[in-house]
Amino acid sequence: MTLVATLAELVSDFRANGRIVIVGASLAGLRAAEALREEGFSGSLTIIGDEPYEPYDRPPLSKQVLKGWMPAEHTLLPRFREVDAQWRLGVAATGLDRVARQVRLADGDQIPYHRLLIATGTRARPWPNPAEAALEGVFALRSRDDAARLQQALATRPSRVLVIGGGFIGSEVASVCRELDIPVTLTERGPAPLVGALGGVIGEIAAQMQRDHGVDLRCGVSVSSLEGDAAGHVRRARLSDGTTIEVDVVLAALGSIRNVEWLQGSGLAAGPWGVGCDAGGRAFDINGVVTDSVYVAGDVARMPHVLYEYQFLAMEHWDNAVFGAEVAAHNMVNLEPHYRPHLLLPGFWSGQFGVNIKSVGVPPFGDEIIFTQGSVKDRSFAAAYGRRGRIVAAVTFDHGKWLEYYARLIEQSAPFPPPPPGWDRPDIMKPVPAEFPAPGVPTAIPDVVLTGHDPNERRAEFRPRGH
Amino acid sequence: MAEETPWQQALRYANRANPYPFYTELRKTPVARQPDGTYVVSTYREIVTLLHDPRVSSDVRKLPSRAPAPAAAEPGAEPITEAVIELEPNIITCDPPEHDHDRRMMTRHFFGPADAPHQISDLEPDIRRIVAGLLDGMRGKTRIDVVDEFAYPLPVTLICKILGVPLEDEPRFHAWIETALDALDFGPEAASEEMRSRLAGARRSVKELAQFMAGLLEQYAERPGPGMLSAMVHDGGPDGRMSKGVLASNAVLLLFAGHETTVNLIAHSVLTLLRHPEALEELRRRPELIVPAVEELLRFESSVQFWHTRSAVEDIDIAGTTIPAGSPIFLVYGSANRDPQRFENPDQLDLQRPDNQHLGFSQGIHYCFGAPLARLEVQVAVDEFVRRVENPRLVTDPPPYRHNQIFRGPRHVLVDIDGIRD
Amino acid sequence: MRIVVDLNRCQGYAQCVYLAHEVFRLTGTEALTYDPNPDDARRLQVERAAAACPVQAIMIDRLDGAERGARS
Repeated sequence: MTLVATLAELVSDFRANGRIVIVGASLAGLRAAEALREEGFSGSLTIIGDEPYEPYDRPPLSKQVLKGWMPAEHTLLPRFREVDAQWRLGVAATGLDRVARQVRLADGDQIPYHRLLIATGTRARPWPNPAEAALEGVFALRSRDDAARLQQALATRPSRVLVIGGGFIGSEVASVCRELDIPVTLTERGPAPLVGALGGVIGEIAAQMQRDHGVDLRCGVSVSSLEGDAAGHVRRARLSDGTTIEVDVVLAALGSIRNVEWLQGSGLAAGPWGVGCDAGGRAFDINGVVTDSVYVAGDVARMPHVLYEYQFLAMEHWDNAVFGAEVAAHNMVNLEPHYRPHLLLPGFWSGQFGVNIKSVGVPPFGDEIIFTQGSVKDRSFAAAYGRRGRIVAAVTFDHGKWLEYYARLIEQSAPFPPPPPGWDRPDIMKPVPAEFPAPGVPTAIPDVVLTGHDPNERRAEFRPRGH
Repeated sequence: MAEETPWQQALRYANRANPYPFYTELRKTPVARQPDGTYVVSTYREIVTLLHDPRVSSDVRKLPSRAPAPAAAEPGAEPITEAVIELEPNIITCDPPEHDHDRRMMTRHFFGPADAPHQISDLEPDIRRIVAGLLDGMRGKTRIDVVDEFAYPLPVTLICKILGVPLEDEPRFHAWIETALDALDFGPEAASEEMRSRLAGARRSVKELAQFMAGLLEQYAERPGPGMLSAMVHDGGPDGRMSKGVLASNAVLLLFAGHETTVNLIAHSVLTLLRHPEALEELRRRPELIVPAVEELLRFESSVQFWHTRSAVEDIDIAGTTIPAGSPIFLVYGSANRDPQRFENPDQLDLQRPDNQHLGFSQGIHYCFGAPLARLEVQVAVDEFVRRVENPRLVTDPPPYRHNQIFRGPRHVLVDIDGIRD
Repeated sequence: MRIVVDLNRCQGYAQCVYLAHEVFRLTGTEALTYDPNPDDARRLQVERAAAACPVQAIMIDRLDGAERGARS
């Protein structure tokens, strides 16, 4: 038998009799399972999820669910085909043994696999002081249960809500509070809300939008401590500028932490940055060598992107979960030369204060911004981000129908600034600094050190800080 | 005389019933410059690209005069276009920010309040009642004209009700619209004696229609009445007032576009189903397929075959061609919807076609304003026709077509029937 | 029934809102929110809305509750 024929037989045998385990029962996990079956994989499929629920959609949680328009359990994702899987819901994966090819579960079970997909996503970064975080009325928002609890708290019409952090989640929650006519204070350590994702120029517009809708917005301050009453309910927040605010509900919207702890000791390139992988979703081991049996998709994946100088990007976006899962699934049941790359032009949206904010590309990759269409005053405009003379991203406020024009320009590495539109030109059309904050110094990232002297023995290993 | 381009051939009246072979030729050059300097775009991808390109204007006031061409040989359609330009721009023929503002205001009155825009979906019982009445009226007949007895009366009755235009005025505005439509020609036949003789009458008709509408608005200004027009006259809402001229121009648009395109869509839908007995049978067996079926019918015989008011404001590079600033751009939706690069077996009717993202209502900011109404009307009309009309047979195929190239549709569709079911 | 709207694709045409306003809503002129698990009684409206979407961003469950495995 020729080598080619043998390989073809291996693939078809794997498709018929292989064992695939997906860790993560959310959007990426579900779509990967569907894609595997669509690809003709008829072997055994196990899906492991730490939450007791079947896959649900998260974006509605911080919007329509919080508003009370529908309950949190109304977010179950539609199914596009049978996946015929064994579902292990409500039990977390706690370890990975790549030598034995087994996933360890919290209940002690060991699940064997031939190929593994890591889609464990992220969780909300909790308020750092555990005692304060445990006060009643202090919330985070990531899961369906989080949303249900926060919604109940808002339904009691608190006298004031404090939102800590002006990212998308924090801003959306502040927007919902104002729609419900609940007084809300939002604190942001940076100079403006959304500054990390969209830069200071857009952040300033978002800030004005928040203030116009009655948000008590405080930028450049942080929350030093939270204080509770005798019953253990949060009542007061002390800010870094020395002021205090009386509140009964606090949302810590401090961003996310990637769920990689269970991969400790697995020898994968997993850390606070996520799980490193190639653009086909194949995980890297600690040495940066691609593995053949472990794949990554969704929020937890970090992969090089051709449009962005092959920098490793973690794209915590909905479309990344869907397309990344499809690509990983395809590659799990195919061999070279049939691998498919995940060449997503990332995009995201956020509805807040009655405005639809959409973006395409990677705004923080840009260092300049230019308004290209519409009116900043009316909060109805398009703007493009540039870097070294080419367009790398765009953002629209209520101008979503134009976004695909910019997407095409980005895909073509078109010049920045882009050509002016034929009409509805903004008052000022001149590139200005986009004002992204300097990348913060990450905390608690372990050092990577090289060991071994013989080239054959040379390996990388993690040396956690403080050890 | 130079050979005619595929586009010019597609526009000939003799090819009205089947322009598709010429579209196939046309698509070999996705962006094709015509002798008069117009750029005709016929492929799906390029049309969608231009629909989202802010360097393309829809404003007829920015439409430059055609590139140099002997006036006698290439008269195009200037006279009638000019008549339209004399009106203030409506939402199809202007750009943001005016467009966004005017459309927002019209949306509020057409669909209802932003938090529950229920007005169009609320019309379903009316639609069902009108359709039932039209079909009841065919009882005892053995031959019907689907256009005059079915496709036309439904949308015209509805749009009059929605706008607050008295149905008694229908014969007058119908005649004006027909006269204007029959005179509009973008093809080689525009130069014919016949077409030139129609122009004067057409210009008069457009003017009379505009005056009629202005009069009606005047009347509503003095005494509020039912319907959207009166409400718009009295709207001092968040987007401010529309000027009288702009209001009249948009009212003409709503009245005209609010039924003409739907008439063609219903007529074409029935015609297409009668040409595809297996599809008709499928729909009879599975009436729930009416929703995807109407999308396929929109793709298959698009009611607006192309649009002619766009132009390039800057040089635009697309599909290996540069459209120079100032050039008129025609987007041929009817061709895009048959583009094999986008639709598998595009000339086959597939009522359950997956991924049917057709351009029957265009895309981008000028997406058809009345699409939800049209969809409801056609879904109910075709569904009921299929269910109730016994053994329908086409009498002539192809049926006679109307002259107009943009709003392409049969003038009559004669059908022999065995009866009307309950 | 279950649906999901790909809001990256969505361009705010609001056709779904006009055809099924109990399920789809706009906040402002473009920001769409919706009930991802609407009542089965709204199926026809939701199907109309999905078919009408100019960018085909509305996806409907194709199993209709057929698979019980992870449906509790």
